[in-house]
Amino acid sequence: MYPENYAYTKEHEWVSVEDGVGTIGITDHAQKELGDIVYVDLPKLGMALTSHATFGSVESVKAVSDIYSPISGEVLEVNTLLATAPEKLNEDPHGEAWLVKVKLSAPDEVKSLMSAADYLKYIGE
Amino acid sequence: MRYLPKSDSERQEMLAVIGMKSLDELHAHLPADAVMKRPLDLAPGVSEYEIVDFFKARGAECASGYASFLGAGVYAHYRPVMCDVIASRGEFLTSYTPYQAEMAQGTLMTIFEFQTMICQLTGMDVANASMYDGSTAVPEAAMMACRITGRDKVVVARNVHPEYRQVLDTYLKRQGLPVETAAYDAKRGTVDLDDLARHVDGHTAAVIVQSPNFFGGIEHAAAIAEIAHKAGALLIWVFTEAVSLGLLEPATEADIVCGELQSFAISPSYGGPYAGVIATKEKFIRQIPGRLVGETRDADGRRAFCLTLSTREQHIRREKATSNICTNQALIALMATVFMSVYGKQGLRELATQNLSKAHYLGSRLPLRFEGPFFNEFVAKAKGGSPAAQNALLRERKILGGIPLGDFYPELADCALWCATEMNKKTEMDVVAEVCA
Amino acid sequence: MSGTGKTVQVLNQNEGLLFEQSSPGKIGYQLPPLDVPEVDPKVLGAGNARAGIEDFPEVSEVEVIRHFTRLSTWNYGIDLGLFPLGSCTMKYNPRVNELVARTEGLAWAHPYQPEDLSQGAMEITAQLERAIGEITGMESVTLQPAAGAHGEMTGILLIRSYLEKQGNPRKIVLVPDSAHGTNPATAAMVGYEVRTLKSNDKGMVDPSTLEAAMSEDVAAFMVTNPNTVGVFEENIAQIAAIVHAKGGQVYMDGANMNALVGLARPGDFGMDVMHLNLHKTMSTPHGGGGPGAGAVAARAHLEPFMPTPRLKQVNGSWTWDYSRPDTIGKVRAFYGNFGVLVRALSYIMAHGGPGLRTATMDALLNANYLRKRLEPYFDLPYQSPSMHEVVFSHSRQEKKGAKTMDIAKRLIDYGFHPYTTAFPMIVPGAMMIEPTETEPKQELDLFVDAMVAIAKEIETDPAFVLKAPYNTRVSRVDETMAARKPILRWRAPSPQSRAAD
Repeated sequence: MYPENYAYTKEHEWVSVEDGVGTIGITDHAQKELGDIVYVDLPKLGMALTSHATFGSVESVKAVSDIYSPISGEVLEVNTLLATAPEKLNEDPHGEAWLVKVKLSAPDEVKSLMSAADYLKYIGE
Repeated sequence: MRYLPKSDSERQEMLAVIGMKSLDELHAHLPADAVMKRPLDLAPGVSEYEIVDFFKARGAECASGYASFLGAGVYAHYRPVMCDVIASRGEFLTSYTPYQAEMAQGTLMTIFEFQTMICQLTGMDVANASMYDGSTAVPEAAMMACRITGRDKVVVARNVHPEYRQVLDTYLKRQGLPVETAAYDAKRGTVDLDDLARHVDGHTAAVIVQSPNFFGGIEHAAAIAEIAHKAGALLIWVFTEAVSLGLLEPATEADIVCGELQSFAISPSYGGPYAGVIATKEKFIRQIPGRLVGETRDADGRRAFCLTLSTREQHIRREKATSNICTNQALIALMATVFMSVYGKQGLRELATQNLSKAHYLGSRLPLRFEGPFFNEFVAKAKGGSPAAQNALLRERKILGGIPLGDFYPELADCALWCATEMNKKTEMDVVAEVCA
Repeated sequence: MSGTGKTVQVLNQNEGLLFEQSSPGKIGYQLPPLDVPEVDPKVLGAGNARAGIEDFPEVSEVEVIRHFTRLSTWNYGIDLGLFPLGSCTMKYNPRVNELVARTEGLAWAHPYQPEDLSQGAMEITAQLERAIGEITGMESVTLQPAAGAHGEMTGILLIRSYLEKQGNPRKIVLVPDSAHGTNPATAAMVGYEVRTLKSNDKGMVDPSTLEAAMSEDVAAFMVTNPNTVGVFEENIAQIAAIVHAKGGQVYMDGANMNALVGLARPGDFGMDVMHLNLHKTMSTPHGGGGPGAGAVAARAHLEPFMPTPRLKQVNGSWTWDYSRPDTIGKVRAFYGNFGVLVRALSYIMAHGGPGLRTATMDALLNANYLRKRLEPYFDLPYQSPSMHEVVFSHSRQEKKGAKTMDIAKRLIDYGFHPYTTAFPMIVPGAMMIEPTETEPKQELDLFVDAMVAIAKEIETDPAFVLKAPYNTRVSRVDETMAARKPILRWRAPSPQSRAAD
């Protein structure tokens, strides 16, 4: 369920790093907690993200949840699929429904995040 | 007491269930110093008959039997009987905000129809379920523009309703959002485009213009939109006389249209309650304040309606909400919806044409202060330069003349703002012309 | 079927959107003949006259009355029965209030008509100001705000202007975690940073938490009393003292004032300024979500900052005073929702001083009766004595899979409007019940029967409850779909799809 090669945050985001580019998403646990997701608010291209700072939000019918960036860097790509199909976040949060791709400015930050096993323990599964 | 449906024996029965002997035990836990030591200093209750009598007497102390030419944001239009008949139905009158959609489809569907009609009238894509009134819709629209543009300054034309501008100041000042005022053209009474252009810059979130403006004149949407949009600002288009929308081309160049619906079957009622509205382009729906009703399906696939996009609102987003507004003006909006349904496409146009015709008849017989097109209001110079003296003469003929403008615009102290609607008769206007000649 | 129980299922008319009944040329109006020459819309200037309002309805008077009457029968209102929404005070709306609000000289009074021809309207306003001052124990009242949240904004603006005048508007507003969402939203709109205070295990404000959070940067503390769990803040005087000691002001959200009228006055227990929802406490109709009125009452030190204009008596006549140098300004055009004010005064006159207190006592009686009778079946998270409302939690039912919203939806099948769900936020799965004083015992008993029946259904067949309601004209409405693909207006079908029909 939770890919081994991803790193996880206490705020329930994940990041997967390849060639200095991090793909960020929210975890399956997070989508379950939120329920039916109806809207995703994402940053503009080129925006600088700071680790642990909020960069967007996810909405269900009666709740809004901020999304915190696991790492720092510049937004290279935003998942446009979510604008028309926010339900994908409920269906495939670790795959098709990634949120943004970021060019890492401090690659070492990833080391401070949780592994899949630690995250599972953290959410009590 | 007639509103309290309980006998003393029922009260005793209920107290016994609770395990108490007297009503006083219900508040025995309150801190002693918080409890009132004396009865309220208010007269004992009175009968329905006495209440009606009291208010009749107060009504008789107000203007009654006068022909009125007062406008300035509050208009005397005929109210079709149907509006009160529908709004008096207990299922509409005594229901709450339609949170429980399955039990409130009536309210929800009427709001959906209201939103649709407002879009059709204003040429916008989306309209909310109403605001308190026109004057509070303006600052809400301005705050919306600040959120969308990420800028903080607002430029408002000086010929926007003066009380609306005061409300705008009250709302924006403490949020650190500066409000600048652009002059009107001394000859035409419309926005001075050069002065407007001087005020609009890279910090401007919105340009706010009213049409017909406070003086009744028609503003040029395309030219004003160009100034706003060139600087990256939004254009907020304000109306106070909704009947004008029956004839005036909607300002589709605007980004936000907001205004007052009092003209649609809402009695003047000494200033309220009325209903405001905000309408906008599709792309801005996430930033619109207030309630929105959307179409959806029920579990069996039938068409149904519910409140939607609630995450914008205070009960979910709290201090980050688009506004603190909670309620809309559902019952007033319902009356307006019935009004729009009764008049319909043809009727609203005919009504607007009658207003236009009456005002132009009156205008043709008074010395107009400004040049250029107007709808059902205009500014005229007063006889002998004194609107007060002129009104005193008119009152002797049972007529309430135009509103003196000196308090709002010192430079127009010799002028009055006149309004004529379908309710004004030719004979009254002839008397005005005779007295003011 | 017999006449027992709350409801019986009957026929209900179907009805489409008004636009779907439109046909070119149908009319529902007639104007008198024009007695002046008709003016060509071209006088509005080139390009300013519109051709026609595209797709605007064209229907007859008969269709209008049927349309809206049919829709009305899809609604529930107080006139049909108990409406136990917590914090909303859905009490009976006396019909005489509707009649007097339509009194000709009042309903047709123009806000700019001469003052000497407005004395009756001004007298009504003045009498209501006085009555609200007496009820709240405050020296100064404004009736300008259009609604509760609007009153909150007015109140916080008063505080801001007062502090500004002393040299420092300060930065922070403290709000308990049990507060209505309007409180933090209001503070933000008046330019304050919001800090949330955790409630204690009684659901109340903890004086020590408040003391720790209080500093000279705090402009105001916003407190709801009775609070949103329906409990009177037992330390209210101490709370006020803590805030005042650091130069702050206490704002009271008066949404729950129906518990206190004639019993306790906020001005007497240390509150500086508050609003009162006239559409709650003073019985003016909610009308499906407005219009309301949010009277604001304040102590004397805040009076100079009140919105303009202020009523003033000069030589026995009322006049509006605009020359108020320290005013916060205007919060809306003209003088307020006058039509609502008329209804509120009519209500106060009907009850009178002693009657208002009796109404309060009955509100407390009804709430405590429901509490007692429902307590065996639902979990009561806070044991403190209830005032005018009681908050249960769904925790017992949730174990079987039914949440507060499911119970609410099932309640509809029994013919009742649900209670307030999922608020206050400090109670997980909250079920907030406010019966008000205008409910007969019989109606309360029917409500208890319904709640108990639902609790039993959840014990035996929770899955059944999850799909409720069954007896309404629409089944559970898909709010997710509405939010994902918003359709916020009707649009005419395109010519192609019309041809295909």
